[in-house]
Amino acid sequence: MMSDLLLSPEHRYAKIIEKTRNEDGSELSILNLGPTHPATHGIFQNILLMDGERILDAEPTVGYIHRAFEKIAENRPFYQINVLTDRMNYCSSPINNMAWWMTVEKLLNIEVPKRAQYLRVIVMELARITDHLICNSILGVDTGAYTGFLYVFQFREKVYEIYEEICGARLTTNMGRIGGFEREWSDEAFKKLNTFLEEFPVAWKEFENLFERNRIFIDRTVNVGPITAEKAMQYGLTGPNLRAAGIDYDVRKAAPYSSYEDFEFDVPVGKSGDTYDRFCVRNAEVWESLSIIKQVLAKLPEGPIHADVPDYYLPPKEDVYTNMESLIYHFKIVMGEVPVPVDEIYHAVEGGNGELGFYLITDGSRTPYRLKFRRPCYIYYQAYTDMIKGGMLSDAIVILSSLNVIAGELDA
Amino acid sequence: MVAPPEGVVGEGFFATKLNDVVGLARANSLWPLPFATSCCGIEFMATMASHYDLARFGSERVSFSPRQADMLMVMGTISKKMAPILRQVYEQMSEPRWVIAVGACASSGGVFDTYSVLQGIDKVIPVDVYVPGCPPRPEQIVDGVMQLQELVKNESVRRRSSPEYKELLASYNL
Amino acid sequence: MALETAHIQEKLSQAFGNNVLNFEMKRDIFTLEATPSTIHEVIRFLKEQEDLNFHFLTDLAGIHFPDNDETHQFAVTYQLHNWIENVRIRVKTYLPDPAEVDTITDLFLCANWMEREAWDFFGINFKGHPQLKRILNMDEMVSHPMRKEFPMEDSGRTDKDDRFFGRTPVNNG
Repeated sequence: MMSDLLLSPEHRYAKIIEKTRNEDGSELSILNLGPTHPATHGIFQNILLMDGERILDAEPTVGYIHRAFEKIAENRPFYQINVLTDRMNYCSSPINNMAWWMTVEKLLNIEVPKRAQYLRVIVMELARITDHLICNSILGVDTGAYTGFLYVFQFREKVYEIYEEICGARLTTNMGRIGGFEREWSDEAFKKLNTFLEEFPVAWKEFENLFERNRIFIDRTVNVGPITAEKAMQYGLTGPNLRAAGIDYDVRKAAPYSSYEDFEFDVPVGKSGDTYDRFCVRNAEVWESLSIIKQVLAKLPEGPIHADVPDYYLPPKEDVYTNMESLIYHFKIVMGEVPVPVDEIYHAVEGGNGELGFYLITDGSRTPYRLKFRRPCYIYYQAYTDMIKGGMLSDAIVILSSLNVIAGELDA
Repeated sequence: MVAPPEGVVGEGFFATKLNDVVGLARANSLWPLPFATSCCGIEFMATMASHYDLARFGSERVSFSPRQADMLMVMGTISKKMAPILRQVYEQMSEPRWVIAVGACASSGGVFDTYSVLQGIDKVIPVDVYVPGCPPRPEQIVDGVMQLQELVKNESVRRRSSPEYKELLASYNL
Repeated sequence: MALETAHIQEKLSQAFGNNVLNFEMKRDIFTLEATPSTIHEVIRFLKEQEDLNFHFLTDLAGIHFPDNDETHQFAVTYQLHNWIENVRIRVKTYLPDPAEVDTITDLFLCANWMEREAWDFFGINFKGHPQLKRILNMDEMVSHPMRKEFPMEDSGRTDKDDRFFGRTPVNNG
């Protein structure tokens, strides 16, 4: 076991290096980019075949943080799987959480009250904002502008403070329950949300101004790593990367969930699918998200925060101590011994970086029989090799950050 | 500000132990090498950014080269596929070097008790400070760094050539 | 005109006869089964027929059914999506052990890694795949971890005392 573990890395690369050497003679060089390269923001390895500064070929290796999510999911009761979804796309965990709850609710045919649905839209859009904010500001760092990153990162902290008011956690939120939320949002949460809605647009406008007409930024990103719409579809791109290539496919519009049909928003699209377009699409989506949150707040109805499903929703703690029935429910839910139907469902949401889907097969037992995560970046990262071929080495870094590939999600 | 070490103060001189001076200097200029693989790495970004500002503790310069780093911060899950690389990075660091395991995954494998995940980085490299949490808050990461500073301050300059230390490394085949 | 499931069923039955079977509406997705020998052609048909036009491969999943009979040990599930009509479809094929099926990488570029993942996890051999090797797990690994008989937990762990986890031999499970 231990000797397996400590095999020298060269051993594994040897085959790839040999292969790339065969293709051409003496002039070409081989560069190992990653897996812990500081500029790759995650654990990706690419062995590049280079002609000077130009990339001729690339051999990607993934799986460096493979954590066997799908195997764990087959061994855990439904409510514990939410913890795993947090750790997939950790830049926008609430979207993953809500997506998983919606999958389970779809399985159990639970109707979630309007208020809970609307509040879910708020957290999902906040998560989308933080996701795009991290991606775009890191793209700024990679093109040489550290300022933008430091400036907008404060606002990510503000969003985290809102999460803390809602669920108590910052990054891996484990937010929500089957049928709604675990508790009513505090006044403080709404207060912080309103402050955020006032302050953030000012900063985001400034951030945009800093980049969108910036000579250096435009030189580094326009026409870098373009992808055509046909190619994008072939490679399974979804989310902002697909929309940058000019296709307006958005799960929120195509198959509205959690009452997205109640709100008006545009789906921004780009033209050439290059790095600059991806940046602009994300920027525009942040504005749309802000607009959605404002609409939700204006329309937010009063009412219960969760569906009345005692079989799946934990009873209040005081009832558990005083009421026999609640105690039984509590015990059954915590032990995961709740009835589920035998079924096969697929539920998709618009995640931070694409269509996040859960393909769930149940056999009536306490755990899923099979749970397949459709992880958007695992699928579209395949296009990366194609995009960097023929480009410069420094462009490869910029393209990678503009794709918003999250290692935790990619390797599952 | 940092308090001076114990010593004898006189007119125009200050006498103290070399150990203390070296420890003081090392503790307040720890260059971190972020080995960020997953979620904890995002919290490390928050720690480095303006809100929490790890630079206050002498870690202004994030060293991405192992050769110039003092403090290896392992943040996130280390899978068995990744373990040899982590070891290689550790081997490339020059003495004195310290390791912080940030987060449950790096410390013990965390919730990922699976076939593919290394159950704690102390299986392959020695660790000085463990920071619990999944992920730890930036305050906790800062606290972990401060704990390490205490260790560094009180470390003897001869520790790295002591037989105990060599034995420790030998137990990891380093 | 919206794409009706009856229309899809009729067209497929006409073209493939008994090789496509078990049409049913599983919740919101129309599901059908195809025999392993025709699955490649069925997907090509779904993709290239102009009035069907399922041009996007959403997902490809392998599944292990150790309790099924010998010809149904593994399943590969393809989910296709027609964005214009906004219709999804799911095509399944059941395979015996050892599992072998034609690759669809010639139809969808993104199927490449999805098939590699299915090979890595289940040992399903995709014939004609350009580079069928492990993707997420280590190359040195010999077993296929998502098969049901493979244990989830790390076998090398020594710090866990089974007695404290309710897993003594008497109380197993």
